[in-house]
Amino acid sequence: MNIDTVRRAQETPDERQPYAELGMKDDEYQRVREILGRRPTSAELAIYSVMWSEHCSYKSSKVHLRQFATKAPKSEALLVGMGENAGVVDIGDGWAATFKIESHNHPSYVEPHQGAATGVGGIVRDIMSMGARPIAVMDSLRFGGADQPDTRRVLPGVVEGISHYGNCLGLPNIGGEVVFDPCYIGNPLVNALCVGLLRKDQIKLATAPGPGNKVVLFGARTGADGIGGASVLASATFEDESHAKRPAVQVGDPFMEKLLIECCLELYQADVVVGIQDLGAAGVSCATTELAAKGTGGMEVNLNLVPLRDPTLRPEEILMSESQERMMAVVKPDDIPAFMAICEKWDVPATVIGEVTDTGRLVMTWDGEVIVDIPPGTAADEGPVYERPLREPAGQAALNADGPERLPRPTDLRETLLTLLGSPNLGSKEWVTSQYDRYVRGNTVLAQPADAGMLRISETMPGAQETTRGIALATDGNGRYAKLDPYSGAQLALAEAYRNVAVTGARPLAVTNCLNFGSPEDPEVMWQFSEAVRGLADACRTLGVPVTGGNVSFYNQTGSTAIHPTPVVGVLGVIDNVAQRVRSGFTAPGLRVLLLGETREEFGGSEWAHVVHGHLGGLPPRADLEAERALAEVLTEAAARGLLEGSHDLSDGGLAIALAEACLAQGVGCTVTLPIEDAFVALFSESAARALVCVRPEAFDAVANLCARHEVPCYGLGLTGGSALTVEGVLEIPVEELREVHAAALPRIFD
Amino acid sequence: MSAARVGVVTFPGTLDDQDAARAVRLAGAEAVPLWHADHDLKGVDAVFLPGGFSYGDYLRCGAISRFSPLMTELIPAARAGLPVLGTCNGFQILCEAHLLPGALTRNEGLHYICRDQLIRVENTRTAWTSDFTEGQEIVLPIKHGEGRYVADAATLAELESTGRVVFRYAGSNPNGSLNDIAGITNEAGNIVGLMPHPEHAVEELTGAPGVDGRGFFTSILKRLVNA
Repeated sequence: MNIDTVRRAQETPDERQPYAELGMKDDEYQRVREILGRRPTSAELAIYSVMWSEHCSYKSSKVHLRQFATKAPKSEALLVGMGENAGVVDIGDGWAATFKIESHNHPSYVEPHQGAATGVGGIVRDIMSMGARPIAVMDSLRFGGADQPDTRRVLPGVVEGISHYGNCLGLPNIGGEVVFDPCYIGNPLVNALCVGLLRKDQIKLATAPGPGNKVVLFGARTGADGIGGASVLASATFEDESHAKRPAVQVGDPFMEKLLIECCLELYQADVVVGIQDLGAAGVSCATTELAAKGTGGMEVNLNLVPLRDPTLRPEEILMSESQERMMAVVKPDDIPAFMAICEKWDVPATVIGEVTDTGRLVMTWDGEVIVDIPPGTAADEGPVYERPLREPAGQAALNADGPERLPRPTDLRETLLTLLGSPNLGSKEWVTSQYDRYVRGNTVLAQPADAGMLRISETMPGAQETTRGIALATDGNGRYAKLDPYSGAQLALAEAYRNVAVTGARPLAVTNCLNFGSPEDPEVMWQFSEAVRGLADACRTLGVPVTGGNVSFYNQTGSTAIHPTPVVGVLGVIDNVAQRVRSGFTAPGLRVLLLGETREEFGGSEWAHVVHGHLGGLPPRADLEAERALAEVLTEAAARGLLEGSHDLSDGGLAIALAEACLAQGVGCTVTLPIEDAFVALFSESAARALVCVRPEAFDAVANLCARHEVPCYGLGLTGGSALTVEGVLEIPVEELREVHAAALPRIFD
Repeated sequence: MSAARVGVVTFPGTLDDQDAARAVRLAGAEAVPLWHADHDLKGVDAVFLPGGFSYGDYLRCGAISRFSPLMTELIPAARAGLPVLGTCNGFQILCEAHLLPGALTRNEGLHYICRDQLIRVENTRTAWTSDFTEGQEIVLPIKHGEGRYVADAATLAELESTGRVVFRYAGSNPNGSLNDIAGITNEAGNIVGLMPHPEHAVEELTGAPGVDGRGFFTSILKRLVNA
């Protein structure tokens, strides 16, 4: 094996290097030469090329993402903000929650099962590396049109991958989204969220302090999978050669990950970990440079010591391998025996591969020769930063001018309701969610199809301090709204997730986001991105919920056609007494049904325009954040006072779909009258900041007074009961008929 | 009088051990953790083999676990009358260990399936089902990819004729199990295996709607206290 050493690099300064093939631009390569004062060795080039890739360095998004910090609302809950593996928030009684959402879009297109599975694995390790026990996952999924042939390849594979990996890990899957739109046909979106729990004083960070401390690589052995994945797969636009890239997708082993979870938790409990980092994109390159950069500043690593699954791997390949289920820890020399004993108990291979130094250099050797000698911060933190040009898309004004007003309105509202309810986006997602374990660990209070997932805290870890608290989580996004107006589209995504948390009775606390866009090199995409980030940052400030972290996924496009800009937002909330959670929908007959919030005529980007007319134009519903905040205050206070028997948010498909879903929740019908005269607008408009609640008749006045105090419009619609959804003078549909239509939406296509 | 002690086994890849231990505690017994690598049953009065993917389900579900040090202690103890409950992967292990006949194969629909399932109780004479009534219909979660019960015709006939089918799927059969079998017992009635998860149906707030799983734990407690 010919090895490119530092000495050799000095002797052969003009050797041509394949930086372009590794995705580096000319000026980026020149910058590496300036930093090192010589040409990089091939191992160093491997490190810089992955660390400076879009995926790892956020070079196109960084200048925009800063707004999440500069505009962040004051929040006493925020314990760890952006820049770490995941954000951490204080949820009270000494407990903290850590959560993050991350994309695995490109791998899931190439190899749906493994792509989606390793997406779950990666986000779970991020949560573990904060010192937390992972306690639940959620998935926000977007596919091409449900009837497009390739969706039948991608969707079953993605769902199986999530199902297999997540179920084997023993983490309940408590919610998420499944959305279909032809714009995602060549670029499905697989965004995986994980939430973990830890004691507030036990947060772990990715740092390598203390010269002499040992660097331990533990978990799976390193193989040839995902080599170059970070820069080649995640950052390259798909053309037609994606089959040639198949070996670049990593393969996951959830059994090893489960052992790794239990092993890490025991290591934390034994207090034998100084710093820890998971190995995800860019593998050993990323873990060593980031740990060293955030610690004392130096590290020495003997790459020959990395345990290999494939003994023929070259050092460059070891550095770039994205083999799954690996972690790197910094451990005091005296703690090494205890550390190794715990790993052995869980059958987790662990190897000391180096130690922390105070030289300010990351030095790696191979067969005794130095092959890497770099200042780690230059790879980890000082990557290129681009201010990409922005331009409003050429067709944007025309798109906004082509409003839904011209579309013919339906005469038969009963038929319209059933058409929407049976459409892939609004139909039952049980075909997908029944493949996920939502019960394991026994703390699931609410799970899909509830508006938000909710977990009890006190029983999550045996022996830990009791608390009555719970946490709620929801993810939302709407690509059509964001296409029409990325600024308010991002705000509407946040508003919906925030509302979904509030309807369960929880108080929204913090935000994570996954920003899925086309190529940043296209100024029109970059305009969408900058508008979406600006909108989301402004909305977070208004709603008082800080962004704690997240992920950007660019290059979601095929040829020159990008997906709809799709910011997906996750919101975490806290409920003080989890027993007071509000269940979804109509929970009993004889309850008063109330509509909270204002209904306006808003059909731009609506499900009705999409399903019935295949139309996308005009402007999305108004994002009225003050109204969202007031509504959330009403919902959380009413829940805490025990006034609500059931609730459901209004979103896609408007009041009609919300009523139908509320009836389907427990099979309880209702008889209602509409709050405004135009029945079509009342039923199908998608105005935001609205929710449906049901209350005992004697609680009606209290809820109405609460609404008045917060200036939230409140309409008494009618009563729950009977076996049909009845809208007086408009339509009557037996609940059984609703169920049949709703349930058949996906089996009709995928069975 | 000291509380009854019910062992809860953890193999590498066991997932429902926390739930199993909680269900045991809520019923008023002591949950005793048992580790797969120990030759030690810690003197427990009964054993719960919870669900999960022990040893990653490698080779075949339960095929490796059945050779673990703990199982080499448990198998003779169970044959001698120690009450044992195996749910999901625990049921698969009991079959692999030949403590129960038959096998669990891939679901007919090929998908993993998680849902609240109607179950009919057919036999209330076992150590784990005495608090139910015969013919009672209960709701328990199922969550498995390989839960289709199969056995040869002679075994099935024997199970049926001796009343050893303890639970049957009611409503619809989720996985294609022969004779709608959801759970069975051995001749002595001390060992019960089933695919559904009683430990996920013991609290109002969490898990499946209802608390129909409690009957398993109240049954075994009565048996142990009266023993």
